[in-house]
Amino acid sequence: MDSILASSSTIDSVKHFINVACEPHWFLIISVAAFFIFLIGYRTWTKPAVAATVGALATLFFLVSCMDANFAKIVTKADNVPIVIMMVSVSFLLWLGFRQAAINDERMEKGEPLLEAGADDKVLVWPDLVYSELIALVLCTALLIAWAILLRAPLEQPADPNVAPNPAKAPWYFLGLQEMLVYFDPWLAGVVLPGLIIVGLIAIPYIDKNPRGNGYYTFKERKFAITTFLFGFVILWVVLIIFGTFLRGPNWNFFGPYEYWDHNRPAALLNTEFHDLFWINFWGVPLPKHYLMRELPGIILLGAYFVLSPFIMKATFFRKIYRDIGFMRYSMLCVLVLFMVLMPIKMVLRWTLNLHYVVGITEWFLNV
Amino acid sequence: MINQFGNWIRESQIWGSIFRHGVPRDRRTRAMAILSNVFLHLHPVAVRKSGIRLSFTWCMGGITFFLFLVEIVTGVLLMFYYRPTVEYAYFDIQGLRAHVTLGLLRELHRWGAHAMVITIWLHMLRVFLTGSYKPPREFNWSVGVILLVLTLLLSFTGYLLPWDQLAMWAITVGSNMARATPGAGSEGPLSAFIQIGGVPLVHAGDDARFGLLAGTFVGPNALLRFYVLHCVFIPCVVTVLLAVHFWRIRKDGGVSGPL
Ligand code: HEM
Repeated sequence: MDSILASSSTIDSVKHFINVACEPHWFLIISVAAFFIFLIGYRTWTKPAVAATVGALATLFFLVSCMDANFAKIVTKADNVPIVIMMVSVSFLLWLGFRQAAINDERMEKGEPLLEAGADDKVLVWPDLVYSELIALVLCTALLIAWAILLRAPLEQPADPNVAPNPAKAPWYFLGLQEMLVYFDPWLAGVVLPGLIIVGLIAIPYIDKNPRGNGYYTFKERKFAITTFLFGFVILWVVLIIFGTFLRGPNWNFFGPYEYWDHNRPAALLNTEFHDLFWINFWGVPLPKHYLMRELPGIILLGAYFVLSPFIMKATFFRKIYRDIGFMRYSMLCVLVLFMVLMPIKMVLRWTLNLHYVVGITEWFLNV
Repeated sequence: MINQFGNWIRESQIWGSIFRHGVPRDRRTRAMAILSNVFLHLHPVAVRKSGIRLSFTWCMGGITFFLFLVEIVTGVLLMFYYRPTVEYAYFDIQGLRAHVTLGLLRELHRWGAHAMVITIWLHMLRVFLTGSYKPPREFNWSVGVILLVLTLLLSFTGYLLPWDQLAMWAITVGSNMARATPGAGSEGPLSAFIQIGGVPLVHAGDDARFGLLAGTFVGPNALLRFYVLHCVFIPCVVTVLLAVHFWRIRKDGGVSGPL
């Protein structure tokens, strides 16, 4: 009896620890740390034995966690199953890609041919490719039918404009954007930033002038490009979707994976404005009357971020990149990267200072 | 016996009129098999050995295309049962489960759509990791990004059609953002300056959100609008862009490989 109690309390404290580790700031910090640890040690992490161990541990963790009612409820919800599938497939394919990159990078160091070498070896599409396609087609059909039989498509109550569900969530593939809404106003999170994501993606081939790494897996030859893209894709898109799906509950509050979704927990309060910090707390004077004067410090700060940092980076980290790609491309790159990094910066400011707006011209709905 | 039957078919006038080449058993007829078929002709005749390895492409572009076809077929079948009006939409979907034999249509369509969103991301990831967007494939990458946006819009417009609570409120959350479009949404930055003699030109009755929903809330007009976009307009655009995408793969020298 005693030992059962003891072990259940250890389990509880482990659960509590994981709940805390999933809080927004820890979740993001841990994800970013894991991301860079993976990239720095990619040759070790992608070794089959290491990767298999990590995969097995993750699976074990998942299965054990499913014994918790709150956890099981959220991961087995029919509409959340695709997200579990996405997590598994993104991890697996990142491994597959980086495994081949590690092999290729090693081969290039030794002067051996690449995995993809022998570009002149051509095979006929009929039969080699057509038959592979046929097999893929049959397999995918079978898988999809199995999925459709095992899992019914959910149908909730008929639409009722008077009864809002809580939380009201966007479709899962837009949950990254909805998570951004916590930190930015809709004009940024819902319009400008998505627009920049699209423009930025289209611009990638025209900005990246690096001629190496074309048509084969490598990390070493394209470290900056791959790190930047993956930071956007894995951290700011996939991780935020996971976060929004599994850890955001009623009133858009955060709930740990083993926590009960309590509808009575009030929404978070935000009350620190940058202009208050600057005028009242720092200088000890009342807020200026005119809103442009009031917001001037924030505007200058933001302007410095977008105008000064490219010059600073040009003289330091990005010296070689600037030399390679020239002024126009470099400016484009800076705009895109600075907007991308704005998101984690605002998150950190929110967690540390509970900062609401850096520039808050509410009179024009122009808040950053 | 079976062989004889096969030969009899292949020598008949009907078969010969459809397939101009002989049985694909040697280099020439195998090349002809690809060249003389409008669908297979999306392929080149020969491809790099590395390009058809599963570990290179992960087959993700192909699977995305497969899922798109599944969506078309199941979608057309669903259209037989579904009426895009507030009175019927929900109950048609409900009836689908109860009354239609082999009522897996909705499951196939919904899970296929989720899967397609995932595989298109994975396809993009593969293309990025192999640096396949680099010259000469820059333009095809851009076409791909538009396809990605359209795929998400297809999913988004389809999300509303079951007309249940999940659908309606997800679209409400999503479309509320249009209200904040700078200069074009009633609560967007700078919109307040667009006015004539103190009368605002951008308001809830004519802003970007109104254009999306054909109204100020997610109601019958929005349902009809999303239905038409979902079933007709976006699939047509995607089909055209897919033709460009596939044609460009061939013209850019097939699936990429080291130069
Ligand atoms: C409806 C969506 C799409 C379909 C059905 C599709 C289909 C395909 C197929 C079948 C291939 C052949 C190689 C492979 O399977 O990987 C391919 C190649 C390619 N795709 Fe897509 N694609 C789609 C979306 C995209 C997106 C979102 C991007 C990028 C943003 C993209 C960029 C490319 C590029 C650059 C190639 C050439 C790759 C190479 O030569 O290695 N496509 N696509």
